[in-house]
Amino acid sequence: MADGFDIRRIDRRFIFVLIFVAVAWPLIQPMRLPIDVSPPVQGIYDAIEAVPAGSIVMLGGDYSPDSMPELQPMVETFVRHAFSKDLRVVIACLWPASPPLVERVTTPLAAEFGKEYGVDYVNLGYMAGGIVTLLGMGASIPNTFPTDYGGTPVGEIPLMQEVEDFDDIAIVMEVSAGTPGTREWVQQVQSRFGVTLASGVTAVSAPNFYPYIQSGQLVGLLGGLKGAAEYETLVGAPGDATKGMDAQSIVHALIVLFIILGNVTYFATRRRQAPAS
Amino acid sequence: MRREIPLAITFLVGVFMLVDYFVPHHAVSASAEELKQWGTIVIAASILLGIGNLIRVHSHKIRRKREGWGFSIVTLVGMGIMIVFGGPWGTVAEGSRFNWLFLNVQVPLQATTFSLLAFFIASAAYRAFRLRSAEASLLLIAAIIVMLGRVPLGQWMTRDLPTALQLPWLTETIMQYPNMAAFRGILMGAALGVMAMGLRVILGIERSYLGGEK
Amino acid sequence: MNWVQMLFNGPPGTPPSVVWGYWVAAILTISIYSFLFKDNPLYKFAESLFVGVGAGYWVCLLYHETIVPKLLQPLFFPVEGESIAWLRIFPGILAIFMLLRFYPKLGWLSRWALAFIVGMYSAVNITGFAQGDFVTQIHATITTPLSSGGTLAIILNVAAILGVIAVLTYFFFSKEHKGALGGVAKVGIWFLMVAFGASFGYTVMGRVSLLIGRMTFLLRDWLHLIE
Repeated sequence: MADGFDIRRIDRRFIFVLIFVAVAWPLIQPMRLPIDVSPPVQGIYDAIEAVPAGSIVMLGGDYSPDSMPELQPMVETFVRHAFSKDLRVVIACLWPASPPLVERVTTPLAAEFGKEYGVDYVNLGYMAGGIVTLLGMGASIPNTFPTDYGGTPVGEIPLMQEVEDFDDIAIVMEVSAGTPGTREWVQQVQSRFGVTLASGVTAVSAPNFYPYIQSGQLVGLLGGLKGAAEYETLVGAPGDATKGMDAQSIVHALIVLFIILGNVTYFATRRRQAPAS
Repeated sequence: MRREIPLAITFLVGVFMLVDYFVPHHAVSASAEELKQWGTIVIAASILLGIGNLIRVHSHKIRRKREGWGFSIVTLVGMGIMIVFGGPWGTVAEGSRFNWLFLNVQVPLQATTFSLLAFFIASAAYRAFRLRSAEASLLLIAAIIVMLGRVPLGQWMTRDLPTALQLPWLTETIMQYPNMAAFRGILMGAALGVMAMGLRVILGIERSYLGGEK
Repeated sequence: MNWVQMLFNGPPGTPPSVVWGYWVAAILTISIYSFLFKDNPLYKFAESLFVGVGAGYWVCLLYHETIVPKLLQPLFFPVEGESIAWLRIFPGILAIFMLLRFYPKLGWLSRWALAFIVGMYSAVNITGFAQGDFVTQIHATITTPLSSGGTLAIILNVAAILGVIAVLTYFFFSKEHKGALGGVAKVGIWFLMVAFGASFGYTVMGRVSLLIGRMTFLLRDWLHLIE
């Protein structure tokens, strides 16, 4: 092998710097490439558009800070969509970190749309138990979540007087980063109680749920940051997801370049070594 | 009896929950509903057990002054501060100190730790992803199509091509057909495995969850 | 207000606690990213803090959101108009049994609590997987439309049905994959490779999104370099 620079043994910190620049630059100098909408996202938008004003919808918050960049924009856009259609939102979380993360979204949006806590929306907080909690909600949501996130008994919350079980919920938007999450909602809630179910998931798990879309168990799916950006486009409120798409584009192109370059150097090296053996 | 009673509990509770699925009678569903509430309480205790074990492990490390025991102090102090502000005498409400610590300490730490993976996946893309076989080639070609098709750049690059050659269309077709078919097969296979294992556990054939001691 | 003032005071109207919060979050973020250069005590400190704060958070939330409303309140401080829920003594006892695992002499009692959970979750998973992931998926495969949507859609739907069969054949290990069975299993492998490739593409997307989120925080909320 020749002396000096060997592209196969490049210090990985050089790659880290390239990735850092590839993310930072488009955030500072956005390209604003147009965003197309895929059928699974359109399915969710159409399903929520079809819900009559005044209906009660549910937001299932099943995520944590490590999936916030992908899922928080979905939560924000869904709540915005619901409030803009005068839908009332009940929030129930199976992951402990979700209630304050959802609250970060609902408080400013409620102020923007003039919505009142306890009347137009309620955050029931977190309940341990996973699938058992879901089944409990199928029997009685107030029994399963006896208080809201702030500790107020649900009997004292006006909105909860109209909610007993999933029959009172027009559509569930379930935002999930893992287990318990979309699969459990499909198995225990959609299959058992016939609920209309939509889901937003991290990109890592999105491919797993396409069978549920084809079977009709999910009316649609938001997959990762792109899914969130598509939903923002449909609702007409570009936010963090849309802003992140340029950086996503550049980094993806860079990683594809790394894969191609890595394979070119691999095959070139193999060809050079072959005559010697 | 130390193994027989737990096996009996598993069997009775398991069978009752199965009966609840098929029998809509009010007596069954009301009892099952109460049992489910019990389940959430016992699960909460199991999580506390895990956290208690964390305290035990780090306390042991500090007492024995094992390598990195200083960081164990950091862990326990961090836990202690959260409990001081959010425990039975405190509040977890928006605007509280507990909430501030969650949003400004836990959120950035957790989010940043997982964001490190982006750097490592880029490094691995260059160093490790090789077209070593026909199957690997199929995998990488699908990956490249999806990676470019799922971002606006892919749409922009192929906007003037016929629909069937546009990256977003190709991506969505891959997801809705071959990807869907493969994961459906995996789902069904996994479902069979879970059903079989569940029955083994309820019937007492599978006892590994009871541990090894008598 | 110049950039340096905004860095330390935030945009006009920002409470000091928010600005302090951004600085704490930024320092912790950079501590974690220092690992990319090499492992160091700052990273280890941040990692240890993460574990402790996360555990402490979970304890508090379990107490306020589950233990109090489901156990302590119904038993000791029932809501006005409701009677004491005496039945909740049983899960309370099971919860104590679970925690007795810390004491070797009484640790065997935790098996009773574990058996309760295992029995419940096994049964619930049997019915959930059977209905949601087995019966419904078979139904969806059998009822895949083969006469509408255009020629291409029909061809792709047929391919998808054959793909499901091929993948299931691949996972059938009771017979050696030779001859016709081996051929069908091979087709199953091709479908799996395409699916895993798609999953890899989505995984890259997911990981990069997390980095974009942190970068947005650093550049916008902390350094005010972007809108």
